[in-house]
Amino acid sequence: MAKADFQVPVLKQYPEIPEIEPGVMAHSSPFKSKPQFQAELGFPGELVDDWQTKAIDKMGDLLGRYRSLRVYLDSCVKCGSCTDKCHYYLGTHDPKNMPVARQDLMRKVYRRHFTLAGRLFPTLVGAEDLTEEVLGDWYSYFHQCSQCRRCSVFCPYGIDTAEISMAAREIMDHIGVGQKYCNEIIGKVYKIGNNLGLPGPALADTLEGLEEDVFDETGVEVKYPLDQEGAEILLVTPSADFFAEPHVDGLIGYGKVFHEAGVSWTLSSHASEAANFGMFIGSYENMRRVALRIREAAIKLKVKRIVFGECGHAWRVAYSFLNTLAGPWDFLDPRYPIPQHICEFTHGLIQEGKLNLDKSRNDDMVLTYHDSCNVARASRMGDRPGGQFDLPRAIIRATCNNFYDMDEETIRDRTFCCGGGGGLLTDDLMEIRVKGAQPRIEALNNVMQEKGVTHMAAICAICKSQFTKVLPYYGMDLDQIVSLHQLVSNALVLTGEETDDEDEAADEAA
Amino acid sequence: MPIEVNGKAFETDEEGYLANINEWEPGVAEVMSKEDDLELTDEHWDIINYLREYYEEYQIAPAVRVLTKAVGKKFGKDKGNSKYLYGLFPYGPAKQACRYAGLPKPTGCV
Repeated sequence: MAKADFQVPVLKQYPEIPEIEPGVMAHSSPFKSKPQFQAELGFPGELVDDWQTKAIDKMGDLLGRYRSLRVYLDSCVKCGSCTDKCHYYLGTHDPKNMPVARQDLMRKVYRRHFTLAGRLFPTLVGAEDLTEEVLGDWYSYFHQCSQCRRCSVFCPYGIDTAEISMAAREIMDHIGVGQKYCNEIIGKVYKIGNNLGLPGPALADTLEGLEEDVFDETGVEVKYPLDQEGAEILLVTPSADFFAEPHVDGLIGYGKVFHEAGVSWTLSSHASEAANFGMFIGSYENMRRVALRIREAAIKLKVKRIVFGECGHAWRVAYSFLNTLAGPWDFLDPRYPIPQHICEFTHGLIQEGKLNLDKSRNDDMVLTYHDSCNVARASRMGDRPGGQFDLPRAIIRATCNNFYDMDEETIRDRTFCCGGGGGLLTDDLMEIRVKGAQPRIEALNNVMQEKGVTHMAAICAICKSQFTKVLPYYGMDLDQIVSLHQLVSNALVLTGEETDDEDEAADEAA
Repeated sequence: MPIEVNGKAFETDEEGYLANINEWEPGVAEVMSKEDDLELTDEHWDIINYLREYYEEYQIAPAVRVLTKAVGKKFGKDKGNSKYLYGLFPYGPAKQACRYAGLPKPTGCV
C-alpha cells in the first residue's frame, strides 16, 4: 500500500533542523465543507458577500470573549524559540509552518484592525488586510496545525498557537468557509450520535460480536452493555473503538477491566462518541452541543459515574471543560473523579491488587509509549502533577515485561504529535499527515534500532488511526501501533478464565 | 466528477465515492477498480456483496472486526483477518471496498 505522490521524509538518527523551503506546502488544503454540513452547525453555506467585514467583526467578538487570544496576538517578541518545535515545520520545511509564522497570519490582520499603529501605519508594523490571498493562506496553514500545543511549551510567553488556529477556523466558519472533514462529522454526531454515523442497531450488533469473541477466547461471559438504565458507570468512548483496529482491542480491554472490578457499566447510543470536534473548529457553541449529549445520556441512564475511553482531545474537553460546558454534575457520585479516565480506573485497580495480570502474555512485544498531545499538554490524570504521563506508563509496566521510552525530547510534555490531530485525520491531507509524523516516527525508529522495540501503545483514537495509515509510508507495519487497554486485555487473567494450562491438565486427567 | 459506466454517468464526490448509493450497479465497481489497476476476482465480489448486505440492514459499513469475523465464518477461518482483506484491497477494506460497493466513506477517527 502506501503509494505516495510526494516525497516521504527520510528518517535520521538525530533530529535535524531543516533549511526553509518557502511555499512548499501552500498547495495543501482540505476539502471545503458543503452547504448542508455548514447549515447543521449554524454556519453560512458558502462564502458570504461582505466576508471581510464579517470576518473582522467575528475576530472582534472572539477578542472580547477570550482575553487569552488578545494576549497571544500582542505578546510575541519574535524570539524564535518556537521555530523548530512544530512537527509540521520539521517534516515539511515550509516556514509558514513555524508556529510564529502561523500566528502571524492572524496577527497581521489583528494589527490592521485592532491596534492603533496598525490602523495608521500598517506597513511599519506588519499589519495587513484580510485579502483573498490571506484568507487562502489561513485556510491552508490553519489546517496544517494539529493544535498539539508543543510550541507553547517552548514559548517564553506561553503563546498557544492552538487557540489561534481554533479562532481562525471559527472566523472562517462564520463567513462560510468550513472544512468538510470536521463539519460533516459534527453533523453526524447531532443526527446519529457519533462521528462514524453508527446507528444503535449496528452498535448493538458490534457489541454482541465482541461478547461472543471474548467468551470464545476466555470462557467468561464479559458483557458490553448498551443503553442499560441504572448502570453505575457510563463509558464514553470514541466511536472508532467500535469500528477500527487496533481501537476495538482497547474497548475489549475496558470491558474486561469493568468485569473484573465487578461494577455495572453501560455505553449509550445517544452519547456514543467521546470525540468533540467542536473544539477543533474553535466553536464553543458546537463543542457545548456535542458535550451536552453526554449529560443527557447520563441523566437518562441514571448513572453515578462517567468514565472516558482512550481519546486524546476528548479527555481535554472532559477534564478541562466538561463542567462549564455541560455541568453541574451534582447528580453523580462525588466520591469519584468527575469525569474519570479509563487509565485512572484501571490504574486504581492495579494499585489495589484487584487485577490478576500475567505480563508474559505480552512477551511477543517490546513496547514504547506515545504521549498523545491533548492528554500530555492539556489535561492530567490521577492526583499528582504529571499523572497523565505516569499512569499510562505504570499500566504498561504492570502488563508488559518489555518497555522502553523514546528520546526524552520527544515524550511527556515535549511529545511530538502523531501528525493527524486537530481535525487533520482525513485522506485529502495525507501529505501533511505523513510529513508531520516524521519527528515522532524518527524517535520510534531510533528506539526500535537501539532497544528492539516492536510496538507503540497509545491512548488516542486519532493517534492510532494516523499511525496505522502513515507507518507503512516509512516502511513499517500498520499493526505496530496498539491500544493501551489492548495490553491490559492481553495480560488480564479473568476470574474463572479457561487457561491453556488448565486445558492441558484437563486433557491429561481425561 | 462523474464516472461513466456502460454509457451511463454516475455522480461521485471529491474522493470518488458514489453520490447516491441507490444508483449502484456492479459495473460501478468494475469501472472504479479498473481506475485503480485492480482486477476484481470472485473473492473481491464476496466482500463487496457482503458490504452491501450489511449496509442494507444497518445503514453503515461493518466494523473491521465484524467484517473479518463474517468473512472468516463464510469463507474459511484463514480468510477472517485484516491481512487477507488488505491483500484484496490494498487501500484498506473500509475505504476501497466500501467505495467499490457504492457505500459512503466511513468518517471519524478511522
